[in-house]
Amino acid sequence: MDPSLSASDIANSTKPLSEASSPPVMDLLSEPASQASSAPMVDLLLEPASEGSSAPMVNILSEPASEASSAPMVDLLMEPASEASSAPMVDLLMEPASEGSSAPMVDLLMEPASEASSAPMMNLLMEPASEASSAPMMNLLMEPASDDLKEPPKPDIDPLADITNDTPLSEVKTPVAAMPQEPPSDLFDDEPSELFAEPRQSNTAKQQQTSIFDEPDEDLFSEPLGEASKKPQNDFFKEALAPVAKASNVCGPLSDNYNEHPTDIFSEEAITTLPSAVSTVSVNSKTNGVHSDEEEPDIFAEATVELSLDSPRNDRKKKEAAKPSASAPAPSVSASASKPQPKTLEELEEEVEDKFELNISITNPEKVGDGMNAYMAYKVSTQTTLPMFRSKTFTVRRRFSDFLGLYEKLSDKHTLNGYIVPPPPEKSIMGMTKVKVGKEDNSSAEFVERRRAALERYLQRVVFHPSLLQDPDVREFLERDDMPRAHNTQALSGAGFLKMINRATDSLSKMTIKMNESDVWFEEKLQEVEAEDQQLRKLHIMVDSLVGHRKELSVNTGGFAKSVAMLGSSEDNTALSRALSQLAEVEDKMEQLHQEQAASDSFCFAELLADYIRLLGSVRASFDQRMKTWQRWQDAQNMLQKKRETEAKLLWANKPDKLQQAKDDITEWEAKVTQYERDFDRVSATVRKEVLRFEKEKARDFKKQIIKYLESLLQSQQQLIKYWEAFLPEAKAIA
Amino acid sequence: MMEEAREGSLSVSAQTIRVTEAVRDGDALTFIVISQKLSGSGEYHVARTHEDFQWLQQCLFSQEVVPGILGVIFPPLPAKPQLNAPAKVLKQLGFLAMGEDWRMYCMALETYLQQVAAHTTLSKNKCLENFLTSSEPPGHQRARKGIFNRLSQAMEGMRKEGHKDVDDFFQTERDNNLTLTGCSKSATERFIDVVLTEQKLAVACGHFSTALHLCVEQEEDSAVLAFSKICVKLSEVIDSIKRNFESVAENNLSTLGLGLDLESRCQEAEKEMLYRRTCKLVELETASRNAERAKPVKKAAMDELKVAAEKEFDHVSGVAKQEIARFHSTHVELLRQALILWCEKQLETARDTSFRYSQHLQAFKGLGE
Repeated sequence: MDPSLSASDIANSTKPLSEASSPPVMDLLSEPASQASSAPMVDLLLEPASEGSSAPMVNILSEPASEASSAPMVDLLMEPASEASSAPMVDLLMEPASEGSSAPMVDLLMEPASEASSAPMMNLLMEPASEASSAPMMNLLMEPASDDLKEPPKPDIDPLADITNDTPLSEVKTPVAAMPQEPPSDLFDDEPSELFAEPRQSNTAKQQQTSIFDEPDEDLFSEPLGEASKKPQNDFFKEALAPVAKASNVCGPLSDNYNEHPTDIFSEEAITTLPSAVSTVSVNSKTNGVHSDEEEPDIFAEATVELSLDSPRNDRKKKEAAKPSASAPAPSVSASASKPQPKTLEELEEEVEDKFELNISITNPEKVGDGMNAYMAYKVSTQTTLPMFRSKTFTVRRRFSDFLGLYEKLSDKHTLNGYIVPPPPEKSIMGMTKVKVGKEDNSSAEFVERRRAALERYLQRVVFHPSLLQDPDVREFLERDDMPRAHNTQALSGAGFLKMINRATDSLSKMTIKMNESDVWFEEKLQEVEAEDQQLRKLHIMVDSLVGHRKELSVNTGGFAKSVAMLGSSEDNTALSRALSQLAEVEDKMEQLHQEQAASDSFCFAELLADYIRLLGSVRASFDQRMKTWQRWQDAQNMLQKKRETEAKLLWANKPDKLQQAKDDITEWEAKVTQYERDFDRVSATVRKEVLRFEKEKARDFKKQIIKYLESLLQSQQQLIKYWEAFLPEAKAIA
Repeated sequence: MMEEAREGSLSVSAQTIRVTEAVRDGDALTFIVISQKLSGSGEYHVARTHEDFQWLQQCLFSQEVVPGILGVIFPPLPAKPQLNAPAKVLKQLGFLAMGEDWRMYCMALETYLQQVAAHTTLSKNKCLENFLTSSEPPGHQRARKGIFNRLSQAMEGMRKEGHKDVDDFFQTERDNNLTLTGCSKSATERFIDVVLTEQKLAVACGHFSTALHLCVEQEEDSAVLAFSKICVKLSEVIDSIKRNFESVAENNLSTLGLGLDLESRCQEAEKEMLYRRTCKLVELETASRNAERAKPVKKAAMDELKVAAEKEFDHVSGVAKQEIARFHSTHVELLRQALILWCEKQLETARDTSFRYSQHLQAFKGLGE
């Protein structure tokens, strides 16, 4: 199995997860992942489930969700993340990855460990959360975090001991009590110690392993931690996780995160995926030692029950809390306040993007075939340090319809969730026919170059999107040598027509569906987007005319150069004649300069604007998607209302036989309403986040392009100065 | 003696003649001509219409007392400016119709007056003195006739232009003049196209810059705010580009544009002179043929005519040779001046613009995310 497939697993399992969670967090979690390695975070969150029990995590999560209860587990983990209080947590995960040092890793592990006191047999962040369905767990998550914030994220013996020993102990009592199988004291004494001790010992002193299990926490922690340097820690991870990797997915990505040779492990893991209950259990027993196999499912079962009981209120409450904080730059929760460098959501994202190690370029457009069946093939080269790819550099050949095919796939998958999927350049029958039929003439060369650049920007936008990058289709597109031909784009002009009809009906339904917008933000944004669309179109027209004039200037300058040359050649006075021929040369060069400037205008502005006009279409599509989910929710609510009325009628009519059916219906529809409402909330949050991201990207993009433009402008101006400076003495030499 | 010597010459300094502005008076334009007195520090201010200029030109043409006057290359008077004229008519004026408030036209008139005043033969004409100093406008009667004369000359020109010359010097000059006239005319036209496009670009940039301002939104949202800032900055950049085009176009107009226009009109004037001389040549040839074939009775009269024609032709040719030599040097000097001034101005503009661009670039680079 190749890595892309495992990623698709991840992506697939993410969906149910994300349904129950607030989308911003999903991104938060996936973004660092994309930066640090192949989705280690997502893995972290997801895989443990499959590890912990035979039923994959997805089930645990989605079941309660579909039972009309929210998935508190996700929320527990997620909400804090989206709130400022999450910053520490995220940082914990981020920093080790970014610094590549293992020191912060201690914190990472430590935290789970402290939480793990409630969920003893887990060594990953996720599991404690999944079990800790009740409020105390929340505290657990927060407190250790805030605790370790007080000190720098370097390995520190005392606080570590503090966290593992004191905080969890005091806080976790309740959830632990809920697990009858095991005495709480056991949990605390043994669990964390094993978690940490074993791996660390494996570095420092392997022979001690057995004794560590029996020893009290403090010793264990103080000793190895004090010694913990980067290398050993890395080793420890490799060692500790390698065996696990064989059994399940979990460790692969995890170790990726902190490993220096991630690809190895990743591929290894890829080969040996498919977690099974038996293997994971055995892993757990290996790492945790104390736990017996039977206990785990029990604990999980308990967790699920608790989840379903607790969730709805928690969930909603947290969502409300999350919303304002999402846009607020620095929400101050005690945890983040004490943090040395409190990071907001945005800053975090930025950091991630800056370190983005993926360069895509499209080169060598090449005509393949003859006549009307001819097409252009482009070389798509990728340079990356991301471990999710098989190698650091690779090249594939793709034709235009492949790009369209990629868009179709991505759009089918992600538009539903409210993502803004970057659109590819439009198919141009005119331009392509010219290329097909025409020889090597100027306009078709320009067309090809223009398209090449547009495709490059399109692809860069796709991979720049943290969620889209995770999509297996993207990876396939970049990596796979023999791409199956995309057929649905073959007759895209027809499909485009259909799409236009769809769009028309959409806008029709938009008019008929009068959405009573609860969120002013969306209302305003939509208006803004529409206004912006108009403005960009206007600008585009203007830039086009500007480019046209530039070209005209270039042509006229050329004409002038020619007539000056004529004038010079028929002039008697030799000095004047010479000067005039010089002038003709200067004007020729200026013609070139104007032409370049026209191209620069067109490439920097016209294309940029065209891109953004298309992108705004996608933005609107995501708004539409949000409205559709809203509509679905409303419909379900109406249906529920009807069902309730039916029930009332039945009650009144005293027909007990049908009453049960009606009650079932109600339950079913209640669940649906909750589900759809959550869908709506999720899509809303995604759209919101996507729009914010889009705006940021836009500002960044424009700035980048304008700087480029100004540089070219300045350069040609300086060239112009040189020309004039060279000509002045010639003019003066006329006697 | 002094008084008499002065009588023929001008009482104003040729270099100081200025046509400062064109005042619009109904459908006509009145030009303010200012010149400094040679004696003392006084200035003459007179208001002249284009008809007055035409009258002056006609006076210069018809100085029968001066021998060989037809050999003079008369400084070219710009064609009549048309107010409210359709674009097509304005286009014939070329550069002279461009620029605000007929400034280019005033400059062309100024050059014309200066050339006339600096001309050794023409400056002696009383009409010029009158034109420059008299507060009353000179009479118009002969002006119309003048136009008519030139028109009929042009008609005949088609036939006589190709006439083979007896003098190689004039034959080469005529050939050269013919090509140069064509070339300078087409160069001027091409250059007009360039300037027009530059002006169009300036306008387009202006629109673009204004439109960018509309993209600005009042919001605290950081990304939106950043974008608005970018739009404002870009608008400034585009405005700089616009101003660059404006000044480049202006420089083109006021230096090389005007120079090329004058050049092509001067070539045209030389052509006219050469043509007049050719006419005289044809006359002479006809006269000598007549004299040869004439019957003895008329022979004396014919010979007399022939001698007169010969004498006149020699005068014209003599003057023409001088004029051509003078014309060549002034034409080179004129173009030289235009080119140098043009180059300097463009260089200055280019440097200014470059400086402004680099400032914009810095500003953009410093713009926060």
